Amino acid sequence: MSTILVFVEQSHGAPRRASLECLSAARATGLSVAAVVAGEGAEQAAAGLGAFGATRVVALTGAARWSADAVASDVAAVARELGAKAFLASATSTGKDIAPRVAALLDSTLLSDCTALTAEGGTLVATRPWLAGKALAKVTSTAPVFCATTRPNVFPAAESGGTAEVVSRPASNGGRASVSAVAEKSGGKLDVKEAPIVVSGGRGLRGPENFHLLEELAAAFGSAATGASRAVVDAGWRPHAEQVGQTGKTVSPKLYVAVGISGAIQHLAGMRTSKVIVAINKDADAPIFKIADFGLVGDALEVLPALTKAVAAARAR
Amino acid sequence: MKIVATFKRVPTTEAQAKVGGDGKTLDPAGWQYMASFYDEIAVEAALQTKEKHGGDVTVLTLGPSEASKEVREFLARGADSGVILKDADPAARDPRWTAKALAAKVQALGADVVFTGRVATDRDNAAVGPMLATYLGWACVTEVVALEISGAAGTAQRETEHGVETVAFSLPAVITCNKGLNEPRRPNLKGIMAAKSKPIAEESPSDAGAQAVVLSVELPPARKAGRIVGEGLAGVPALVDALKNEAKIL
Ligand SMILES: Cc1cc2nc3c(=O)[nH]c(=O)nc-3n(C[C@H](O)[C@H](O)[C@H](O)COP(=O)(O)OP(=O)(O)OC[C@H]3O[C@@H](n4cnc5c(N)ncnc54)[C@H](O)[C@@H]3O)c2cc1C
Ligand SMILES: Nc1ncnc2c1ncn2[C@@H]1O[C@H](COP(=O)(O)O)[C@@H](O)[C@H]1O
Repeated sequence: MSTILVFVEQSHGAPRRASLECLSAARATGLSVAAVVAGEGAEQAAAGLGAFGATRVVALTGAARWSADAVASDVAAVARELGAKAFLASATSTGKDIAPRVAALLDSTLLSDCTALTAEGGTLVATRPWLAGKALAKVTSTAPVFCATTRPNVFPAAESGGTAEVVSRPASNGGRASVSAVAEKSGGKLDVKEAPIVVSGGRGLRGPENFHLLEELAAAFGSAATGASRAVVDAGWRPHAEQVGQTGKTVSPKLYVAVGISGAIQHLAGMRTSKVIVAINKDADAPIFKIADFGLVGDALEVLPALTKAVAAARAR
Repeated sequence: MKIVATFKRVPTTEAQAKVGGDGKTLDPAGWQYMASFYDEIAVEAALQTKEKHGGDVTVLTLGPSEASKEVREFLARGADSGVILKDADPAARDPRWTAKALAAKVQALGADVVFTGRVATDRDNAAVGPMLATYLGWACVTEVVALEISGAAGTAQRETEHGVETVAFSLPAVITCNKGLNEPRRPNLKGIMAAKSKPIAEESPSDAGAQAVVLSVELPPARKAGRIVGEGLAGVPALVDALKNEAKIL
């Protein structure tokens, strides 16, 4: 059976959730799934991938430093060796850093940030957003290897209960660029792209001093990240990494809460695929209410503390 | 130093999507265009690199002749020359096809560093920069928010979901620019006047052919109408109840 190779990201030996989703997406195509994992902890991470559908896993070990070009050339070599018909990675910062290089090395184009992947009569077909999701295109490819990245939080990370044959091999050293230091985010703060719940604030929060209200709501929900509109990022109230929208990050959490955000077309493009949308705005005519499942008309500064309390109470029960 | 900044001419972010008659493209009627948002940052990075290290800046686009408007704007900001690889419909090209055409021109220009955007805001590939670097056999750092070049090497910072990575690289290199790297300048009158006499070349791109095949395009399903659950503090219990019992989130 032909093989689909998945690049699996890991941290300290634990595979990242976005990669497990990618493995599930690969398994759902019906092809035989192989995985390749790199970096410190690769062998440990490799051991758990059988449970998520991989039947063969290659762990690239022993690189002195992380180098995206060196990893990509190793991954492309694995793809060639396995005669892979398809290659997948997740559309995370690391996946987007590696996958285009692997695709180029295989002289194959890349279908980025796919939100669906199916096998139709022996051909793989992906759905990918255009214009930040204002349109959805169904696309296939005549490339020697079908290369694509999958959007985090869209595919389930389903266990299959299988086992994999794991092999280790030495990673290449000496890429043209390599990571010399990593400053990991403190306190395990979640990124908007990966969090299952995103609580975003806009100009309606009135000032940076009020964003603690939003962080408290995020904390009450549990695994939630805080996001922001471009207006508050440009004003310097919030960091760039939090911006949601057409020129920020595109997110698809199971719950998106927009607080004091008007709902400009560029913002909607970045969050309209969220499963459930809640809007809190003092203006009942704000465009954000047009795409919200549940709206609350009110002053954010007044409503947020009460909502935080009520959410915490509901979760404690 | 020979510095290149690439940009793609894309519909403005206000553009509404409407499916074209063939069901495979978007209808551009009524659209206005701009240089993709992150490419403004790429051009600024190129200009700052020239200011620090000397050399000259070429802005390079694969797109229609109309892109001369954006090229002229970047010349007014301080770039030295522009090249348009003429293609009436750059969005129809897949990232491999685009990257190969750009690579051929970058090679011919003898560039030391190329700045691209992190992603172009039309097809959202986020792929052309690293593919270009791979075809050139160059170093590449993606999604860069801070940059330092000295001699034939540099360091860059990139923001990932999990923190900030510092990456050491050697030139020649492709740097894909993220928001936060700089604040693009506006042209002044002197720059606008100077731009009038700067050269813009129009050439034919090399043609590797498409691999991506669009089968159909649709608009996303409209979200089903939601409802206002309440007003002010009095609405909070209704909202929590909806999250719990309807959305089954709490
Ligand atoms: C090229 C380009 C790219 C862009 N990209 C993005 C992008 O990626 N992401 C993005 O978000 N935007 C983007 N924008 C900007 C976008 O057009 C809007 O300007 C921006 O989203 C507005 O942010 P906001 O909703 O916070 O502010 P506003 O539009 O000012 O809205 C504030 C809202 O808060 C409400 N409000 C006020 N006080 C309160 C209160 N006390 N309680 C509750 N509600 C209150 C108001 O009723 C209003 O609806 C882009 C624009 C351009 C031109
Ligand atoms: N047609 C093009 N002409 C010039 N540069 C381009 C073109 N397409 C993409 N690029 C560059 O590559 C970056 C990433 O584009 P993409 O991979 O399509 O998202 C853009 O921000 C541009 O800098």
